[in-house]
Amino acid sequence: MPIVVFLLFVSSVLGLSFYLGSKTRSAKGYYAAHGQIHWFVNGVAFAGDYLSAASFLGICGMIALYGYDGFLYSIGYLAGWIVALLVVAEPLKRLGRYTFADALDSRFHSRGIKLTAAISTLVVSVFYLIPQMVGAGALVKPLLGLEHYQGVLIVGAVVTMIVVTAGMVSTSWVQFIKGSLLVVFCTVLTVLILRRGFVADHAHEESASGLGGVSYYPFEENVPFPPGISEITADGVWNFNELKPTGGWSDLPFHRFAQADGRIVTFQLAARLPPPVADMPVTPIESLGYSGTAHVMTTKPDGSVLLDGLPYSATSDPNSRKLLFVGSIHSLPGNQSSTGPLGPISFFTTLADSTIVQWSSKKVDEADGSKTVVYYPRLTKGSDLLVPGASPTFKGVRSEKLADKLDFLSLMLALFCGTASLPHILIRYYTVRDESAARKSTVVGIAVIGFFYVLTLYMGFGAMVSGTLSLTDPQGNMAAPLLAKSFNPLLFALISAIAFTTVLGTVAGLILAASGAVAHDLMENFLKIKMNDHEKVRAGKIVAVVVGVVAMVLGILFKQMNVSFLVGWAFNVAASANLPALVMLLFWRGTTKQGITASIAVGMVASVAWILLSGKVYADVYGLDPKTAWMPFSQPGLVTIPLSFVVLVIVSLMTQRTGTAEAVARQRGTTA
Amino acid sequence: MEDPADSSTPLHPSARIMARNARVGLILFFVYLVLYGGFMLLNAFAPQVMGTPTFVGGANLALVYGVGLIAAALLLALLYMFLCRAVSSDAALDAAAAAPRSESR
Repeated sequence: MPIVVFLLFVSSVLGLSFYLGSKTRSAKGYYAAHGQIHWFVNGVAFAGDYLSAASFLGICGMIALYGYDGFLYSIGYLAGWIVALLVVAEPLKRLGRYTFADALDSRFHSRGIKLTAAISTLVVSVFYLIPQMVGAGALVKPLLGLEHYQGVLIVGAVVTMIVVTAGMVSTSWVQFIKGSLLVVFCTVLTVLILRRGFVADHAHEESASGLGGVSYYPFEENVPFPPGISEITADGVWNFNELKPTGGWSDLPFHRFAQADGRIVTFQLAARLPPPVADMPVTPIESLGYSGTAHVMTTKPDGSVLLDGLPYSATSDPNSRKLLFVGSIHSLPGNQSSTGPLGPISFFTTLADSTIVQWSSKKVDEADGSKTVVYYPRLTKGSDLLVPGASPTFKGVRSEKLADKLDFLSLMLALFCGTASLPHILIRYYTVRDESAARKSTVVGIAVIGFFYVLTLYMGFGAMVSGTLSLTDPQGNMAAPLLAKSFNPLLFALISAIAFTTVLGTVAGLILAASGAVAHDLMENFLKIKMNDHEKVRAGKIVAVVVGVVAMVLGILFKQMNVSFLVGWAFNVAASANLPALVMLLFWRGTTKQGITASIAVGMVASVAWILLSGKVYADVYGLDPKTAWMPFSQPGLVTIPLSFVVLVIVSLMTQRTGTAEAVARQRGTTA
Repeated sequence: MEDPADSSTPLHPSARIMARNARVGLILFFVYLVLYGGFMLLNAFAPQVMGTPTFVGGANLALVYGVGLIAAALLLALLYMFLCRAVSSDAALDAAAAAPRSESR
């Protein structure tokens, strides 16, 4: 049933896209939807473009895993719109035709600007495409039972098809539909979360069945040892038949024992031994127990997989064990069993006073060559998760080291400056009639996006405590759809379908931006290839296919990373390369063409190089020790954005005589 | 093709509107920059403050300030739209005022 809804939804969106696309013939239609999109539609389409897989899946996932930190992305992403609206929207609309390079170059007619602006559009688009593709892979896995790479290939193929057949008119409408549906259904989901309230572990510990009948692992406390496992020796020392901590286990704080049925129980805390009493040398066995049961997934050298010592299967084979979901509330304030419906504020105050079960994992190399992953629970105070700094990305705010704090500020600066420099957002300013419409559609966009980001708080925290987090999804990218599943499979299908079209839409917009950069800026304006309207559209479509293939390959390579994190990098590169040029062009008359060219080139190269030499890439992509990385922190923006400004000013000052708009105009005037 | 930013020729009324719109935009932008920057600096250098309960039903400062930043963005955007419209209705007056002057020259 969910698959039917999913396919129905996706195919009707595609059908609409093809229908609208069949009406597009000219280049202005292909790249800028004839400038005829209504401002309200364009505003919601802004939201559609912007609420990408990263916003939706990544932020919800990050909140579900680490609490408030994910919301910092929401705040930064939205703040960027203020820069877009108040600083760049109107002048950009006035100056350009199809692309960001058009606007930058409108006064200078410089080939250097065309070249660097087109390359930076390409680089940013590709950086932004990676997380969308990773998100697509994460989505199809539980929904259609496909592998990550298959998901990436499907999305890549479908999107490339959309772009090739359609162009900006249908992309705008797809984004409009998707943007509105996303907000509507996420509102429904939020209302359901608030109405359900919170339920504590002990309320359904017996059945170990979570909300909505989904089985999950609660935090186990004082589970009695099975008979024969533990004993009190004659001298009062308590003993249980613990497995020897061999191999990688030796440094870990886990204890393991084997049950009669072959199950290996792994736990963190043994119940404290009662104080020895002189006249009672043997303590009753029932008073002993273990807490914090962990779950262990072992891949043997022969490829077979064991879960807690028994055969594991991801399918519903009754003879093998399945990995259950996690994430729950251990205790509610006042030791209630459940809260009942909650209000939008009491949702957070109740959560702050609760104890939350969070799960982490550790890799263990076994002595026999098996690879093991231990998933283990820990109890966290809710109030700790409602302030910044609980996640690896933002732990810097709680650190004493200045470099860590700078890393945080750097990312927040990049998010603030990045939105106004994203090519697929900028091209949407060319789809409306005039500056006033550009303004109005941005306000609509801010309203829709801002509202959605408030919802991410409820969906994220809801997913954190509803027993719907998947242990095999360490980045939490599936948190929101799985939460929907705990309410209703139909809602799951709808939310997944919307998320899937989200990916399709955003990827389509990015590929379109990249194709515009190559066909319009590089081929037509830089290389001066003479093309008629029809050839220009065809060139764009060929480029779209190439970019699509590149995105698919990168989406498969980067599948281990949280999509929000990847998007953060795209913002860093966009802000470093594009924003200084854009802002200075608009506000400093001394800006020269050489200054712009140098600023884009330096900003782009410096930020990409910084990322490639950062600790995060060392650890997650190259598999090297992050301490050996060259850069003191992973987010370049704090350094590279000012650097790009400085380069622009210095180079402009050095080239005042030839490079300013006035000088260029004068030159052209005399030569003409 | 005239350059709107080129002030060596007298400003065309529409150029004046654009300049005013830009100025309004910049002022509102700096208002938001202060709000956003304050939030980030507080997070970076006084993170313990973010956990204090506020008057908003006891929700902590991190939530109230964070959601407040989203609300502030929307309010500033609406304000900007409103002010720009006011500027463009001024434009008619400006254009009327500018017309006789350019004729007398």
